[in-house]
Amino acid sequence: MAHQQTHTPARAEAVPHGLTDIQLLDLYRLMALSRAIDERMWVLQRQGKLPFAVTGQGHEAAQVGSAYALRPGEDWVLPYYRDLGVVLTLGMTARDVFLDAFARADGPSSGGRQMPAHYACRRLNIVSVSSPVATQLPQAAGVALASKLKGERVVTACYFGDGATSKGDFHEALNFAAIHRLPVIFFCENNGWAISVPLSKQMPVAHVAERARAYNLPGEWVDGTDVLAVYTCMRAAVERARAGEGPTLIEARVYRLTPHTSDDDERRYRSDAERAEARQHDPLPRFERLLRARGLLDDALLATLQERIAREVSEAVACAEAAPPPAPSEALRHVYAA
Amino acid sequence: MAERTVVEAIRDALAEELRRDWRVIVLGEDVGVHGGVFRATDGLLAEFGPQRVIDTPLAELGIVGTAIGSALNGLRPVAEIQFADYIYPAMDQIMNEAAKLRYRSNGAFGCPLVIRAPYGPGVHGGLYHSQSVEAFFCHVPGLKVVTPSTPYDAKGLLKAAIRDDDPVLFFEHKRTYRRVRGEVPEGDYVVPIGRAAVRRRGRHVSVITYGAMVHQALEAAALLAPEGIEVEVVDLRTLLPWDRETVAASVARTNKVVVAHEDHKTLGVGAEIAAFLAEELFDQLDGPIVRVAAADTPVPFAPTLEEAVVPGTRQLVDAIRRLAAY
Repeated sequence: MAHQQTHTPARAEAVPHGLTDIQLLDLYRLMALSRAIDERMWVLQRQGKLPFAVTGQGHEAAQVGSAYALRPGEDWVLPYYRDLGVVLTLGMTARDVFLDAFARADGPSSGGRQMPAHYACRRLNIVSVSSPVATQLPQAAGVALASKLKGERVVTACYFGDGATSKGDFHEALNFAAIHRLPVIFFCENNGWAISVPLSKQMPVAHVAERARAYNLPGEWVDGTDVLAVYTCMRAAVERARAGEGPTLIEARVYRLTPHTSDDDERRYRSDAERAEARQHDPLPRFERLLRARGLLDDALLATLQERIAREVSEAVACAEAAPPPAPSEALRHVYAA
Repeated sequence: MAERTVVEAIRDALAEELRRDWRVIVLGEDVGVHGGVFRATDGLLAEFGPQRVIDTPLAELGIVGTAIGSALNGLRPVAEIQFADYIYPAMDQIMNEAAKLRYRSNGAFGCPLVIRAPYGPGVHGGLYHSQSVEAFFCHVPGLKVVTPSTPYDAKGLLKAAIRDDDPVLFFEHKRTYRRVRGEVPEGDYVVPIGRAAVRRRGRHVSVITYGAMVHQALEAAALLAPEGIEVEVVDLRTLLPWDRETVAASVARTNKVVVAHEDHKTLGVGAEIAAFLAEELFDQLDGPIVRVAAADTPVPFAPTLEEAVVPGTRQLVDAIRRLAAY
């Protein structure tokens, strides 16, 4: 089995992504929607309306670009708690996300049982997210094992942060998936921080992708602020998996633009300079510049888009705030199958 | 009917379920070519092939995590942990994932998974081949915990576990594997999860127990019968959810209870049963609830040490005799 190592970020302009103009604008819309929802979560948390917010700001290009290469409802996805952009791209809505955030009875992920951002959607094959880090990795191998046994041409995408790569789950999952050449993509959103612990104290190698070598599988490093590079990289991995050529480890380098969660004070461990540097790697203005340069986006269209997104978010918040909480009797249900 | 040992009955159940349902797979360390260190999976690889009988790396977390994923995507995995003593690396996957998937997804996802593991002392296995781990799992809503004591139950309960829509911890007592023989029907049958069995009727003392200790309780009952002490033996068979009705009915007949297990006394399964009896059946008790359980120490290797820690027929006889005289 050949393995590839790419340590120079793939540049979008250098690779054919094969997306139409409408799809490019769709990518931008999803990234902007994800950002707008995320920002609103923080506002609601600061207003005391939500107890907790966990962020994906800075990860949008990696999340949207990768999920865009999947077949929603057919392929399986095991996200983690930052993956707002992933679940929106697959088909969850702003309303879904806020119903969950407000812990409403109709919250599609858990009906109010889990904290915000613990996504799930049976219809879209989005497996329920838990808080323990990295548990979804061996599960993703198992989902892919079942697809292979059933003879389906279905791939499984598994998402996690750099922190997860320190856990034994990471090793056991990649090891097993590689031995059995399972149709699974392990997608690491490396923002350089496991809450307060920087990469240099998490791993003795420069790149998560280097670890793929130990499992004799392709390890790809991609600039996670470049949505087209991410899409292209992910699409290639998905095609390999679908063709029965086995798993891929993708490392998308991203920048966390906010604290870990609303409970975190990142000034204790991040310098002002480092945070300012991260701001330079915001994936949204980067993609906006590209779309403008190609003549696909101008001030008028951007204003229309932003207005539509703002309305969508406000309507979703209003709907979720007005929705009823789960009845107390619901607390005892679904411990076991009926 | 054929006479089978417990381990043969388990192998029969696995083979029949693999034949019956294409979704059933078996995975674990040495379950394929080797046929399992106790031979519980002997012959399965030859009949069902490496896609369904999977020799895994030596990695319990991965075995259980992978099994959970395959269950999410429609399979019915039966994962083997080679000894219950080695299940701890998989605790996160069992406690936080398998047990909670249904609840946390509001019923959207389920986890039909069986984890088989040989457990229990009495085979001179030392600290790490002797543990009784069942109580840990009985504390977790979302799991089921099954502990058969006979070949008939081993086969019927394993089939029920594989067909169950929730995760089942299936603990097989090593000491029963080859020592306990019994009649087992050739064909298909299930023993329902959650129901105890009264193994012997008696009027004076109920012994509530499970696993290999059922056989020691029956020995104790036979030894005490000439003294005029009639012992009723209740085999719980399932520890979560456990059969309160059968236990309550037995206590209503005898009014005296010994709860016995080879697990440690502190917060073992017996503590829960004793608490239930004190709470719900206090006015039916004619004596103290007596627990016969292992000392709160690890299980040591030397026979003299192990026997000093783990209770057996002698301790049961003493406890029953004292309680009968109360």
